[in-house]
Amino acid sequence: MPTSVHQLDDGAWLSVNDTRRINVSDLWWLARHDFCSCRMADFLAEGFVEIGVDHPNIEGRIAGQCIECGESGVTDWLTLGRVIDPERGRFLGVDPESVHVPDRRRRLASPDE
Amino acid sequence: MDMPSKVEGWKDEVYGTEIREHLYRFAEEGWSAIPEEERDAWFERFKWWGLYHQRKGQESYFMMRIGTPNGRLTPEQLRVVGEIADEYARGPVDNPEFGGAYCDWTTRQSIQLHWIQLQDVPDIFDKLEAHDLSTMQACGDSWRNIVGSPVAGRDAKEHVNAWPVIQELNETFKGNDDHANLPRKWKVAVTGDTRGSGQAEINDLGFEPATKEIDGESIKGFNVTVGGGLSRKEPRFARDIDVFVTEDEVPEVAGGLSALFRDHGDREDRFNARIKFLVDEWGPEKLRRVLQEDYVDSELRSAGEDLRDQYTYNAGRSDEIGDYVGVHEQTDGNYFVGLSVLVGRMGAEDVIELADIAEKYGSEMIGLTQRQNIIVADIAEDDVDEFLSEDLFEYYPPDPHPFLRGSIACTGTEFCSLSIVETKNRMVRYARWLKDNVELPNGIEDFHVHLSGCTASCAQPQIADISLRGMKTRKDGDPVEAFDIGLGGGLGENPQFADWVEMRVAADEVPGYIRNLLRIYDAESKDGESFREFIARHDEDDLNGLAEPEETTYEDPYMGNTKMTWYPYAEESEMDASPTPSPADD
Repeated sequence: MPTSVHQLDDGAWLSVNDTRRINVSDLWWLARHDFCSCRMADFLAEGFVEIGVDHPNIEGRIAGQCIECGESGVTDWLTLGRVIDPERGRFLGVDPESVHVPDRRRRLASPDE
Repeated sequence: MDMPSKVEGWKDEVYGTEIREHLYRFAEEGWSAIPEEERDAWFERFKWWGLYHQRKGQESYFMMRIGTPNGRLTPEQLRVVGEIADEYARGPVDNPEFGGAYCDWTTRQSIQLHWIQLQDVPDIFDKLEAHDLSTMQACGDSWRNIVGSPVAGRDAKEHVNAWPVIQELNETFKGNDDHANLPRKWKVAVTGDTRGSGQAEINDLGFEPATKEIDGESIKGFNVTVGGGLSRKEPRFARDIDVFVTEDEVPEVAGGLSALFRDHGDREDRFNARIKFLVDEWGPEKLRRVLQEDYVDSELRSAGEDLRDQYTYNAGRSDEIGDYVGVHEQTDGNYFVGLSVLVGRMGAEDVIELADIAEKYGSEMIGLTQRQNIIVADIAEDDVDEFLSEDLFEYYPPDPHPFLRGSIACTGTEFCSLSIVETKNRMVRYARWLKDNVELPNGIEDFHVHLSGCTASCAQPQIADISLRGMKTRKDGDPVEAFDIGLGGGLGENPQFADWVEMRVAADEVPGYIRNLLRIYDAESKDGESFREFIARHDEDDLNGLAEPEETTYEDPYMGNTKMTWYPYAEESEMDASPTPSPADD
């Protein structure tokens, strides 16, 4: 069955197949990022801005701020979880407290001219 | 490619009044009758009928919002609301400060009940509608509850009586198919008093009291402002579009602007959908031009003289507090009494008792204010002393301590998906600690602390003496709930948003910060200078570090991540321990 993903309630949470999976207000460790100048950003998620699918991964860009330096903005694409059983729509979310590497490029983005 | 948002797709399928029949079907068949793959769509639509699905861990329970135009109820309606709360708004666990059933008076003069289950909705609607109350359009993308002065028609500080105007707008635009599906919420304020109590500055559409000379005659009416709002770190004061209207002309212009928003608002990106962003893009001149050319028949007049210099509501003045708290003479010789309700939450039994008291004294009107307080009107002069001696007012005093009087808090992580921190219970603890531990500096009779759990800004944090916005920080390496602290906000003659001066202050160091700041005010303020005036004469650089956050005897039981719990005050609070969805609903 097709997987349905979206953010709802002003970006308060990520919904996968109509179940609330990931909330705002968690802290995410970001490495190899250009969100701020901290080596590791200690990023507070305040709102899901965009949600995308890079099969089997669910990805998102999150608005928030690094609580170490105070820089605020929107992250590059982060893997939020993966659909491990597309038939039954099972989703396994990432653990925000582990280390995440934002990806600026999308595989679905248009190729270079 | 430009695409309507997913929510717009759901709204295209079913929206507006027709949602009700589906709601009743699900109420009949039970929670599990909502197909799993349609839940998000239905929860989005239910908002239009005032039902908002509570946060993760509280599945199958809803917040229900009742829109009370102008914040007005009769004592009988108040009792009905209290009875509904007592019977239906009970969750699996009590709140340690407020018990098992309570009503929230909101910053938009509405009422919120929690822990509502779908199967009870038809009975609740029956009871509400039998008493001329409704949840219609209390949430969702349309005309929200219209706000203003609840004592319109009674208050001596009145320019025009805005109550008939608000009633007409409410009758015209609630359940009106042409205005039922807007790109986003549409908040309207009509201020008829000279206090500025409608807080029109922070609404999508505002009518502010004004006077204009027409054919040599001074005519009373309103200036029209558009595009105010506080959410998402994008605060805007409503922009003056240079239009004056009389009372009779309000509906045409309001309908024209609502239709303009319907047709031109951004339906592709919900984060850019509020009309404040359209006003940013177009400017007030273009907005006025399009309104004139495409949406109204009559020739628009230019704006009149405003009355802003008289505004006292949330104005930070030292000479007058316009918030209705206390005993005030009405124009008919009776009195209205404004009662302070700390963080706007009142136990259901207290609500019923207040309705009884109001009825006993012959009151015909109860008012909810944007400062989350409640007013009982129409008390005869001879009865005022006896009225004030009622035991209930020990808890809801007409003469509260300034720290209690000025405190506002939003819903917070107790129920809300967006909030980052616990709010209401914490604000109660802050206010009590400040009252018991901080000497009130001379000259402070009113001190506003607005505590909001996130950037949605439901507690209107940017327009307070002390602005608190939910955050996180680390303390000894562990994540803890925290606040960004802002100073210097308020409305009045010269509205100002707060400057954010202390960032990510651990929640248990906030009361110490406020104490330290007030000591500095006490030592350095000039004679007769209000706190807001004191802050205003410092520039932002001076405000940074003006006072230090500090741990004190204040203890905060909610420092950990309350959002990780299914309910912050449950004995077994972990998400896995959630008893939802409610077995009663299946």
